[in-house]
Amino acid sequence: MTTLDTASGTPASTRATHRRIPLSRIITTELRKMFDTRSGFWLMASIGILALLATVAVILFASHGQLTYSTFTSAINIPMTVVLPVIAILSVTSEWSQRSGLTTFTLIPHRGRVIAAKAIACVGVAVVTIPLAFGIGALGNLVGTAIAGVDPVWDLTISNLLAIVLANVLGMLFGFTLGVLIRNSVGALVAYFVYQFLLPTLALILAASQDWFRNLQPWVDFDYAQSALFNGALTTQQWTHLAITGTVWLVIPMTIGLLLVTKAEVK
Amino acid sequence: MITIQSVTKTYGGFTAAADVSFTAQPGRVTGFLGPNGAGKSTTLRILVGLTGATSGTATISGRRYVDLPNPGLQVGVLLDASAQHAGRTGRETLTVAQRFMGLPRGRVEEMLDLVSLTAEEASRRVRDYSLGMRQRLGIATALLGEPEVLILDEPANGLDPAGIRWMRGLLRDYADRGGTVLLSSHLLHEIEVIADDLVVISTGRIVAQGAKSHLLRSAGSLLRTTHRQVLARALLDAGVSSSPVGEDGLLAQADTAQVGKIAFATGVPVVELRPADGGGLEDMFLQLTADTQRDTTSDNQPATDHQQEGAVA
Repeated sequence: MTTLDTASGTPASTRATHRRIPLSRIITTELRKMFDTRSGFWLMASIGILALLATVAVILFASHGQLTYSTFTSAINIPMTVVLPVIAILSVTSEWSQRSGLTTFTLIPHRGRVIAAKAIACVGVAVVTIPLAFGIGALGNLVGTAIAGVDPVWDLTISNLLAIVLANVLGMLFGFTLGVLIRNSVGALVAYFVYQFLLPTLALILAASQDWFRNLQPWVDFDYAQSALFNGALTTQQWTHLAITGTVWLVIPMTIGLLLVTKAEVK
Repeated sequence: MITIQSVTKTYGGFTAAADVSFTAQPGRVTGFLGPNGAGKSTTLRILVGLTGATSGTATISGRRYVDLPNPGLQVGVLLDASAQHAGRTGRETLTVAQRFMGLPRGRVEEMLDLVSLTAEEASRRVRDYSLGMRQRLGIATALLGEPEVLILDEPANGLDPAGIRWMRGLLRDYADRGGTVLLSSHLLHEIEVIADDLVVISTGRIVAQGAKSHLLRSAGSLLRTTHRQVLARALLDAGVSSSPVGEDGLLAQADTAQVGKIAFATGVPVVELRPADGGGLEDMFLQLTADTQRDTTSDNQPATDHQQEGAVA
């Protein structure tokens, strides 16, 4: 077996004082950790694959009148609202569920920095992949209308697209928050799907039957407030709704989650 | 240099570590010994900042672990070889650590080579690793940044006999070149063979510490003589208790110099005189931790030791 001398220097060598690990290096390494497992890789790849499938489906099944850019982007958006938060959740919870946090938090003994780096990496993923998916949608719109022999319709403005990016980033950050709060892959995923698919239905039923909730909903329902982002420009009041629900659903749980993370034992 | 001063950790009413103080010196291997649940892991976790101490301080080269700017370059840590992402390959696991530390890419292959993980093994996912391979990977991660301090929790777990011997050589060499090694284990013989200094912990308290040679001396001397009864009485007169061993042997509770003097003064021939080594630490360990030993643990002890002896041979 190799002796230590050839591969490792003198352990007691006095070194120049080390530099603090820069946040940028933690971000890029955390980004790498989101891709470097089989499940991580396929989650990322699935964004592109699902965007492609959604685009093909629109070309195949949409009527000529429906062949507009917004049809493509809304079709692409459905898989994205699921996959991006899942990526965000797993980036946090795997440190506990896979126990790799023992190494991560030993190499970087400041958990707040690690969580911040992960959050930035997640937003980075969203900001890169969403325009990419929209690009696939744009190609689909060109190809689809060419096949159908109609003129392509570009019915979304840049501010529309930015609003959709914002909605997805918020969704991803909500998944991230659940990950920080729950720190268990299965638990956080279940919580996210309950939030994403069960709560809106319940809210819908409640709003339909109860007047008091219908008036209250924009002020308490984060998902409802976000949905405005998909429907054109927001009014000042809608921005206010978004800010208030965002504080309740994102900022407060995140603060609690961060406090728990710094205290929680990494077993 | 590791300094732990009056570290106490309580969980509700349970005290995991009570006023724990010891040091681990450069150039020496310090064995941190204790039965399961004695507080070894808690102490090590406090040392590396994973768990907060209720009171007391733990420093490495004079600084708290959390104040180290890039801890991986100063302290190599292996607390649990199983705590690695199952979906990452061995090489990728090392690469992630290498990037966090900001080391050149080539260090990863050097470390794989050092711990004898082949290129094929390094490309496998950690979920397909044996515990021994995970230990090697964990040691590679710990050594990646060429640290001057090593903190290892039960590193011999899961290693085969050749692996244990390799690890022993590696740690010995590391300490001989000036490194500080703090190594925990509940395997008595593993520690006895490699450690220079010993710290024994039981139910959260340090019950013995010091140089191994010093601690083991208290185990006494073994002698063989043609006049056992005469010498036993002479020893007792000198305040040294002894007990008969075998046909003509005595186990005296004093060091060989003192026993030799008494035998000479008594004028009886001594056939053999040596420090009572075999199981010295084991006796001490079992004695010190007797109150916490469960019956099953005591029963299993000889079997474990036997395996270890096989491993040593």
